[in-house]
Amino acid sequence: MVKKILSITLCVLILVFIYAPILLLVVYSFTPSNVIGRWEGFSLALYGQLFRNTEIMQILFNTIWLALAAAALSTVLGTAGAIGIFYSRRKVAKPLQAASQIPVINAEIVTAISLALLFSAVLLYRTYFSLIIGHMVLCTPFVVLSVLPKLKQMDSNTYEAALDLGASPAQALFKVVVPQIFSGILSGFMLSITLSLDDYIVTAFTKPPMFDTISTYVYNAVKNGTNSSTPALRALSALIFVVMIAIILIINLRARKPAAKETSK
Amino acid sequence: MVKIHFSRKQLCIPYGLFLALFVVIPMLLILFYAFTETVDGTIRFSFANFLNFFTSTAKLSTLLMSFTIAIISTAICLLIAYPLAYILARSKFKKKNVLLMLFIMPMWINFVLRITALRELLDLIGLLGTDNYLNTIIGMVYDFLPFMILPLYTTLEKLDNSYLEAAADLGGNKFTVFTRVTFPLSMPGVISGITMVFMPSMTNYVVSDTLGNFNITILGKLIDQYFTTYDNWHMGSMISIILLVIIFLTMLLTGRFKDENRDARGANLW
Repeated sequence: MVKKILSITLCVLILVFIYAPILLLVVYSFTPSNVIGRWEGFSLALYGQLFRNTEIMQILFNTIWLALAAAALSTVLGTAGAIGIFYSRRKVAKPLQAASQIPVINAEIVTAISLALLFSAVLLYRTYFSLIIGHMVLCTPFVVLSVLPKLKQMDSNTYEAALDLGASPAQALFKVVVPQIFSGILSGFMLSITLSLDDYIVTAFTKPPMFDTISTYVYNAVKNGTNSSTPALRALSALIFVVMIAIILIINLRARKPAAKETSK
Repeated sequence: MVKIHFSRKQLCIPYGLFLALFVVIPMLLILFYAFTETVDGTIRFSFANFLNFFTSTAKLSTLLMSFTIAIISTAICLLIAYPLAYILARSKFKKKNVLLMLFIMPMWINFVLRITALRELLDLIGLLGTDNYLNTIIGMVYDFLPFMILPLYTTLEKLDNSYLEAAADLGGNKFTVFTRVTFPLSMPGVISGITMVFMPSMTNYVVSDTLGNFNITILGKLIDQYFTTYDNWHMGSMISIILLVIIFLTMLLTGRFKDENRDARGANLW
């Protein structure tokens, strides 16, 4: 009994630690006060300010399109890469897999400056190109790592069977292989989106000077001490917290049943 | 019409080129910059950066301090996450996965926003600016705790109960069962969690800036400063090489060159 109470207390304390800052921002996004901690009555004023603030809206839009573009490109490149690695000889597959591990293991700051060195050498430093490539370097290896295990689980005879039955290699690939590894492709895509949305350091070193994502904008606002003077950012944070928590809960609660076995493997 | 001979193997060509161009060559460039210096507009081979780093007390103390912050943050994460993961994994609650989700959800929410929210909370309760080291450690723990919880939960959840029962049957009391059986069997999770927390704690300067009130310089920040403030890319590259050596040594020490990083990012939950 004592053990149970202790266990529950620990869980609750950790939950409080995790969610207190988030809750604080959400609560104080509903009051027009300039500083957190001073309640000036319930109001949606900050949300009004947020949606009328064209600069912040542009940044929100930037962040989303960057994540979608980087995730889509990474998913195509990474899925093709994983299939290629899977069917290649060890001599080819091994070095590719080893190189895939570099961005995964590496500190983000090292990845970021390595790209800065490369792109400044070819005069593409701080362009949309370097930005997209930077995000792809972060995401693609995770797509490969998500798809490869699915290929290993797949029944390899089905591809040959499709060829025997008259399918072209491309047809066999798209109609037989891809459907079997689709769950891996999808999780690679979702992971890519979250990695891109979450990123600060690589973005800071590869983005064009006048381009900002939520991460770089908020960090700079804190750095320049303008964070508290733009209370609209509080509404933005609160909105993102709530939307992300809702999305994660919906996806996971719905997908839980068939995926449960896989997660605990 | 030209018939293109299509082979599955060829699908790895674009990815191979991508890795060569944007991963391998950039890493070689770091190596090149680290062991060169620019004098009067010409680049020449040099050990100056290397010698400079190991003779500069400021840089060495940054390294040491960064190490200390990372070790303390990792230890606190482990001390919090282990009992929690143990409780969650052993609980008879039917929807354990949903419960776990509540604890690791922050992993997928923008960390800059979460850290800024924590800054607001510390500011509200009057802690911000009082002890920048302590606040930085609180921030590291706050940011990286989910990455410690998940691998620990995964290994503890897989743990075969019959081992624990056998140990108890053979006369082990609860303490010995834990220290001699449960804990050793959960070592892969412990190691995975440590590597997920330790390295970012040495390098993620957004956390140390935001919570240390821009007064704490960790190793990642030092690299950033040499690139953006001091405009000395050679020294910045040298510090990166030193960081890479540290990463490589921890990998050797923990024997971890596997795919666990992907699982530790929670990919299986999507």
